[in-house]
Amino acid sequence: MNDRPINNRAWLFVLPVLVFVLFSSLLPMMTVVNYSFQDTMGQNNFFWNGIAWFQNLLDPSTDIGGRFGNALLRNLIFSLVVLFIEVPLGIAVAICIPRHGWKVGATLVMIALPLLIPWNVVGTIWQIFARADIGLLGAALTRMGIHYNDTQDPTSAWATIVVMDVWHWTGMVALLAYAGLKSIPDAFYQAARIDGAGRWSVFRNIELPKLQKVLVIAVLLRFMESFMIYTEPATVTGGGPGEATSFLSLDLVKIALGQVDLGNAAALSLVYNLITLSICWVFFTVMTQLDQRKDL
Amino acid sequence: MATITLDGIAHAYDGSPHGADLQDMRRYALKPINHVWQNGRAYALLGPSGCGKTTLLNIISGLVIPSDGRLLFDEQDVTRLPTERRNIAQVFQFPVIYDTMTVAENLAFPLRNRGVEKQAIARRVDEIAGLLDLRPVLNRRARGLTADAKQKISLGRGLVRADVSAVLFDEPLTVIDPALKWELRSKLKAVHQALDMLMIYVTHDQVEAMTFADQVVVMNDGRVLQIGTPADLFERPAHSFVGYFIGSPGMNFLPATIAGRTAHVGDVRFDLSASYPQTPNSAAVQLGFRPDYATVLDRSAGTGIPVTLRRIEDLGRRRLARVALGAYELVATLPPEVELSGDTALLQVAPGHLHVYVDDHRIEGQSVEGQPLEGQPA
Repeated sequence: MNDRPINNRAWLFVLPVLVFVLFSSLLPMMTVVNYSFQDTMGQNNFFWNGIAWFQNLLDPSTDIGGRFGNALLRNLIFSLVVLFIEVPLGIAVAICIPRHGWKVGATLVMIALPLLIPWNVVGTIWQIFARADIGLLGAALTRMGIHYNDTQDPTSAWATIVVMDVWHWTGMVALLAYAGLKSIPDAFYQAARIDGAGRWSVFRNIELPKLQKVLVIAVLLRFMESFMIYTEPATVTGGGPGEATSFLSLDLVKIALGQVDLGNAAALSLVYNLITLSICWVFFTVMTQLDQRKDL
Repeated sequence: MATITLDGIAHAYDGSPHGADLQDMRRYALKPINHVWQNGRAYALLGPSGCGKTTLLNIISGLVIPSDGRLLFDEQDVTRLPTERRNIAQVFQFPVIYDTMTVAENLAFPLRNRGVEKQAIARRVDEIAGLLDLRPVLNRRARGLTADAKQKISLGRGLVRADVSAVLFDEPLTVIDPALKWELRSKLKAVHQALDMLMIYVTHDQVEAMTFADQVVVMNDGRVLQIGTPADLFERPAHSFVGYFIGSPGMNFLPATIAGRTAHVGDVRFDLSASYPQTPNSAAVQLGFRPDYATVLDRSAGTGIPVTLRRIEDLGRRRLARVALGAYELVATLPPEVELSGDTALLQVAPGHLHVYVDDHRIEGQSVEGQPLEGQPA
């Protein structure tokens, strides 16, 4: 069946990686799993608690269940809004990037700049930028008579966080889309001109289909990152006003580190993790399957 | 449909200003060309890679705007008109298909963009699909098909508009399987006869050019060297490059001096069928003849020019002899019945098939009474 030689010593080469993965993710993860099935009365004495934490978490009538449901909804809305803005905008930006000459380098560096800023710095920049009293954006909006205050008004807080994320990450979608556009041979554009296709038709029939593969990657990366967002809202709004921008990650930190409620926090982080994983898996599978169905 | 006129068309890619000094020819990817492409005929642009043939094609389609000269479609000057307003079709080297559309939608695309009526589109798409054997896959999505089928779709999109001034092909069979090349080539020829369009076909393959075209334009180094029927190119190459490039193997060339009806190559005399005027001493004079019209015979045959046999190549259908005349290597045909003994042999060349080239250009001799002028089989 298989004539390739089998050499079990090859496992030795895999061993360092296994050890690394063990310490970097498997063991910490197992601690969390451990906490999620146990409870404690203090003094570091733990006892078996079965699946009670999970039952609590998934039951909307409990306090933790209600918080979880609301935060999850906020996360999903945030990810969807951000994807719907960043992907089309990124494609549009990519189409406008020059293809030749010194302008290419200049534009690409400008677009990549926000990607190079550490996340908490992004948060700090925007926290100051958005302040209604001294921030350039906040003060300017207030002067123009627009009601804006990201620490008191939920709409302002949401708008600030969404705009910040768009500013931070559209560049990545644009860079990916630009790479995809660059790989389309000139002959396609020439043929389209000869066939009399308009600009929209070129986009619809040539560019968009050829971009499909990079866009799958862009959407996956943007979804994962936006669904797990923590640093920027933590710095800008701290989850407020009230609970308005409390995403799952912020809530998790409050429960785990603020309330030291290890059981609930462990159950929440496991479910959170599973949701991210399964949404990505479903999305990726569906997109690659669609790609392979040639007869469609 | 139209007649296309190239009026002094030339192009330099570094963007020479309009009407720049044409003397500095080295900068020109395409040297000035005057030519008329007749309506309804099939032309081939033949030449090695980088000779400027694709540039010329792109100038006609408008993808490249020439730095000099005028381009006329019938009487209309289209030199600066953008591609989409020129009413021209072009098929590229690699298949260009619209991934998300079916084959039928692909074929209909150029018509739909021009607002042709639905039923007319359906009729035309069906006709073209029939010509190219695409009917069975019309409703399949185009991206799942083989490279051959994709290129057929590209060809079909080029042919689908009935009113185009010309259909241009840029080496369209490069990606096609050799076995299918024959089939598609003859299909294109048939399509040309069925549709009566002006077609210009760029290729570096002489067989492709010869089988497709009524008229072949041979180019080298940005210059048109000869325009003629396949027979013209073979029998009377106007330029030594044409002699060398057309035919397999290419023409033999020997440096010679010409005196009236005799050519001298070293001490050896060749009789010519026509009389040639005195050539200037500074000019490089060459005698050229095709291996197909030169035969090698055994030395017992009597008449002929003594040559040294280097080796024999058996091509199955015919045999070629590589021989040496003094310092010069020549190729000639070895007739099937001839058996050579020893390594010297005799070379015979039909006088009517000897051509004289002065500075690479063929010159016509003056006919001698009672003799066929040149190149005609006796």
